[in-house]
Amino acid sequence: MKRTLTTCPYCGTGCQFYLLTDGNGRLVGVEPSSEHVISKGQLCVKGWNAFNFPNHPDRLTVPQIRKNGKLVEASWDEALDLVASKLKEVQEKHGADSIAFFSSAKTTNEENYALMKLARAVFKTNNVDHCARL
Amino acid sequence: MTNSISCVEQTGCILLIGSNTTEQHPLIGTRIINAVKKGMKLIVADNRKIRLAEIADMHIRLENGTNVAFLNGLMHVIIKEGLADDEYVKTRTENYDELKAIVEEYTPERTAEICKITPEEVVNAARMYSAPEAAMIVYCMGITQHSHGVDNVKSCANLAMLTGNVGKAGTGVNPLRGQNNVQGACDMGALPNVYTGYQKVVDEASRAVFEKAWGVENLPGNVGLTVTTAINAACDGQLKALFVLGENPMMSDPDQHHVKTGLENLDFLVVQDIFPTPTTALADVVLPAACYAEKDGTFTSTERRVQRVRKACDPPGKARQDWEIVGDIAKRMGYDGLTYNSPEEIMDEITRVTPIYGGMQYDRIDQVGLQWPCPDREHPGTPFLHKGTFKRGLGLFGPASYMPPMELPDEEYPFLLATGRCYFHFHTGTMTRRTRLLDREERFPYVEINLDDAKRLGIYDRFPVMVSTRRGEVKALARVSDVVVPGHLFMTFHFEEAAANALTNNALDPVAKIPEYKVCAAQVRRAS
Repeated sequence: MKRTLTTCPYCGTGCQFYLLTDGNGRLVGVEPSSEHVISKGQLCVKGWNAFNFPNHPDRLTVPQIRKNGKLVEASWDEALDLVASKLKEVQEKHGADSIAFFSSAKTTNEENYALMKLARAVFKTNNVDHCARL
Repeated sequence: MTNSISCVEQTGCILLIGSNTTEQHPLIGTRIINAVKKGMKLIVADNRKIRLAEIADMHIRLENGTNVAFLNGLMHVIIKEGLADDEYVKTRTENYDELKAIVEEYTPERTAEICKITPEEVVNAARMYSAPEAAMIVYCMGITQHSHGVDNVKSCANLAMLTGNVGKAGTGVNPLRGQNNVQGACDMGALPNVYTGYQKVVDEASRAVFEKAWGVENLPGNVGLTVTTAINAACDGQLKALFVLGENPMMSDPDQHHVKTGLENLDFLVVQDIFPTPTTALADVVLPAACYAEKDGTFTSTERRVQRVRKACDPPGKARQDWEIVGDIAKRMGYDGLTYNSPEEIMDEITRVTPIYGGMQYDRIDQVGLQWPCPDREHPGTPFLHKGTFKRGLGLFGPASYMPPMELPDEEYPFLLATGRCYFHFHTGTMTRRTRLLDREERFPYVEINLDDAKRLGIYDRFPVMVSTRRGEVKALARVSDVVVPGHLFMTFHFEEAAANALTNNALDPVAKIPEYKVCAAQVRRAS
């Protein structure tokens, strides 16, 4: 059993816990961190169960592209080529501020930074926000 | 938060306003319970009978949307009875005269009338909050999600400054952030008006810093669209393409029909997420992403603490890291500045362009996270802000007058509907409804209704009802109790099959563009 110290994905309290991974690399449980300044060995019901959803069979595992009105599986190259070419087309036709980026309060600082930089440095728009208000 | 979570143990009184802490921030809720047991005073100002109301010294059930009047009423009493911290007001703040003039009108009687409470409650709460050496204001979306949300927040700040409760341990104005990294997303400049660390895009010097760091020219200086105004722009045809990373606006944004119209009106919609959602269903391209357990990085908590996230397992199938996907798109656009080898490399770049994160290197936050501002490698982090001086120098009183919400109950829609969350689910339910135990505990959409209203309308506990507003109608199970007062309804927005946001009003605060989720007019009847 591998123990990995990480931060809870739910509310903003910032509890830390150990994710337990079995020999097959599968998440099997959560153990609170007794040394952590906030959690002090405790967790709420959501935290205790935070190992469960990553294994859910509904997870998105393959890129998809809409063809003839339906989402169909595609390769990463195909999907990202399409994203880049369509965004470029919209940008050229309608200007930088015709594109917007919604970042996420669930993803990491590093990834928020990357998306913010993509919007501003590459697409030259300040239309970037996330669900802080919601 | 201006202060730290541990300040709960150092304060004499908490004014808890618009936060259902035991359900939404359970471990902070536990700390509050423990503090009350040790003698801390607790004032719960919330229309709903939340769990903390049961142990509070005072539970004030003010009408939703009347926070400004309530807070002004407290300040009126504090000034009148000489309970203000005069020395603090004199040396640390400005614009007191305007504040005094405005709160002068909010006598306990007038306040009580607006808030539907008693004058004694106003007086007693003012005395209780201002009595101890240190008192905290703790709030959440019950303060912010109003068409006058900014006025509400400013009024909290006014009250704290008036009593000298900013800039020391056990005090402060403390919003509890509702998502793991909403603080970090703001800190990272995933906002239309600022870069990282709140450096303004309209400021030429800030733009120059980022142009140099990123090796680009002509960064835009106009403030961009917020989530809410972007949806409006999509409806108007101004916005043509939208890239959504880990958000579900179909469930989280106000007036679902309006959101759907906007998203369908786009020429191109990309959604990057971990699960299918009502938003991915409308996308032209769906990109599978790794979830928190499958990645390295950092989250920043509500007390500004930057903490490590670590990879415990591999992402499923071909799902990839958000930062890698973003880098690949940039590369296709001819930009190499987003090609990184690891999240740590990104953090190193963040520390170079973000003064408040200057000392947040991974080796420093390996075991215990640090609280920003943390400007350099030697800095120990900052447990509370505004010590000795405010960032702008003097604390500015920004007094506000009470304005009613945008849509109030009327003959046709006689109930006041507020939306929020419950203990077992999180936000749009994408993760928690796929978690066996949580789904088992709270499986069906429900609406809270008062016993008197239920009796009058022939509605029974757990029986289906239709809830409707001018925007839409959903079916949910009635939860009959005294948690809400007569005339009020409460729903959560976790359930796709009865989306509360099919009902909510797209009225926005003029400054923050936050929607008025805590007040709209609704009707309820038995489902046939």
